[in-house]
Amino acid sequence: MGILRVVNLGVEVGERKILKNVNLYIKSGETFVLFGPNGSGKSTLLNAIIGNPTYRVVSGRIMFKKIDVTNLPTNERTKLGIGIAFQNPPKISGVKLIDVLRFCARIGGYTEEKILELAEKMNMVNHLYREINVGFSGGEVKRSELLQLMLMNPDLILLDEPDSGVDLENVALIGEAINELLERDKNAESREKSGIIITHQGHILDYVDADYAAILYNGRIACIGEPEDILNQIRNHGYEGCMARCLRNMNENSG
Amino acid sequence: MSEEYERELGVDTEKLKEVGIELDKSKRSGTFLLEDQETKTFASFFEGVEVMSIRDAMKKYDWVKNYFWKLLDRNQDEYTREADTEDVNGYFIRALPGAKVEIPVEACLYLKKAEKQKVHNIVVAEENSELNIISGCTSHPGVTGMHIGLSEFFVKKDAKLSFTMIHSWEPTIEVRPRTAIHIDEGGSFISNYILLNPVKLVQTYPTAYLEKDARVVFNSVIVALEGSTIDSGSRAVLRGENSSAEIVSRAISKGGKVIARGHIIGDAPEVKGHLECKGLMLSENGLIHAIPELEAKYPNVELSHEAAIGKIAEEEIFYLMSRGLSKDEATSAIVRGFMEIEIKGLPDPLKEAIDRTIEMAEKDLL
Ligand SMILES: Nc1ncnc2c1ncn2[C@@H]1O[C@H](COP(=O)(O)OP(=O)(O)OP(=O)(O)O)[C@@H](O)[C@H]1O
Ligand SMILES: [Mg+2]
Repeated sequence: MGILRVVNLGVEVGERKILKNVNLYIKSGETFVLFGPNGSGKSTLLNAIIGNPTYRVVSGRIMFKKIDVTNLPTNERTKLGIGIAFQNPPKISGVKLIDVLRFCARIGGYTEEKILELAEKMNMVNHLYREINVGFSGGEVKRSELLQLMLMNPDLILLDEPDSGVDLENVALIGEAINELLERDKNAESREKSGIIITHQGHILDYVDADYAAILYNGRIACIGEPEDILNQIRNHGYEGCMARCLRNMNENSG
Repeated sequence: MSEEYERELGVDTEKLKEVGIELDKSKRSGTFLLEDQETKTFASFFEGVEVMSIRDAMKKYDWVKNYFWKLLDRNQDEYTREADTEDVNGYFIRALPGAKVEIPVEACLYLKKAEKQKVHNIVVAEENSELNIISGCTSHPGVTGMHIGLSEFFVKKDAKLSFTMIHSWEPTIEVRPRTAIHIDEGGSFISNYILLNPVKLVQTYPTAYLEKDARVVFNSVIVALEGSTIDSGSRAVLRGENSSAEIVSRAISKGGKVIARGHIIGDAPEVKGHLECKGLMLSENGLIHAIPELEAKYPNVELSHEAAIGKIAEEEIFYLMSRGLSKDEATSAIVRGFMEIEIKGLPDPLKEAIDRTIEMAEKDLL
């Protein structure tokens, strides 16, 4: 069964059209990896799915659990079960990490004890009473974002570069947490959680066995395939070379 | 306990709670309540602290008159001149040498029907003492008038004094505090000023004079709603070597006008001062004018300031909405965060009083 369906999506930021015609279909239990060069619009896509008003949907629609969420406010989408870990979350002075974790736990239906247990697990106990993201190191921001997601326990998990700038030990920690969130430890049939993971280097793929991957290029999604294959092609031929190859393959297959 | 007081005093205790006045012996080490010019009640529940009206203090101690007008100039302006009258009343609070009084003393100035309430307070923290005061100033609903409040603080050698003042007036009241603080060698003074409710006008500019190794911190959280004009600042004169000052203010305008002043004068070598002034504009009209001033009279001083005024960032609202908050809840959490200033060394009951005041005022800001 499909959990997310993005149809002919066009998104503008300011006067600029970033996404032209994006189509995406994710089944319940599936994890999808999105590659693409800097500035190609990967974060834009996730922001449009969660409903960031800065990213205006100008065409198409977003269906989540068969509901058209295109015009729903962000918190309604959160309640329906979409959760996001941001690439660059804002700092908010005076608002502490613990405050935000309590908001998240409200969504996930968790107690104060669970907050502490998971904070311990994500090695963020010493940050609970600090202002959120203020002076957090790169890795701390990633762990904090993931911790928030764990407390919201969403059905569709959007992860924007969870592994960028993270050291080897922390990639392992984050990788395990993502596996658990996405129920990758369960067998495929009983998985109910779905995800989109954006990554450049693909470090996270050493831990998370995703189902398939694609590249966002020129405002569109293309080159769908095995995550390892796509990553290797990008490594060997660059984005452009990779795109040329998959277009050729597509033509060969159809011809 | 408070009911008993209520019957006795005929005051609106809810109104008092809003400004941190509990009238509860178990939570305070002393209490003082002035209604217009009349002392309603006063008591000390702790050996090391004296609480009485300034009139009684003058009778009890011959030396009190030496403190009267010692730091303030009776000819400073028309308001000081006006308060220089026989009729003046106020509190006298004194921590005896070496006394450590962590539980706060509360002092309440209540404007009930007076056209002009004229107050003159003296606070003395004797050598090596520690004293915490919460002062709540408020007025009877519907009353029109002016509050002139003169206060002179004396922090003796190595003493520590914290003074938390919560104001809650009416849109028809004009408030003119005049405050001066002298901090002797090694002493410290922390002032917290909270003003969140509508008022016609507040104009205040307390000045602290610091001797060697003394320290002052002025924190203020000010909200100006439609129709309110608040001209509030803090000044520190660092005249002793190695003295330091920190002035932190948070100003919110929702239709009202705030002038947030700060002035640090480095009048001795090796002094340090920092001024931080942040403003948040919550509506299209209104005004925040930040005026930070630094003055150095010696080369080896370290004075700095930062000032920033803005509106709530959409990005922050969106971030909290992605964690399940509605737009209003997110806005309120951010405004709350903005008003949060980390106040070190303040006893818990005072932190609670400040939190409660902020919570009660929040509804006006949405
Ligand atoms: N809030 C914004 N304001 C202005 N321009 C924006 C904003 N967000 C994105 N853009 C622009 O949209 C384009 C796509 O940005 P986006 O962040 O989606 O790229 P990305 O694929 O996530 O890149 P990266 O790999 O660097 O994270 C970029 O050109 C970017 O400058
Ligand atoms: Mg991005």
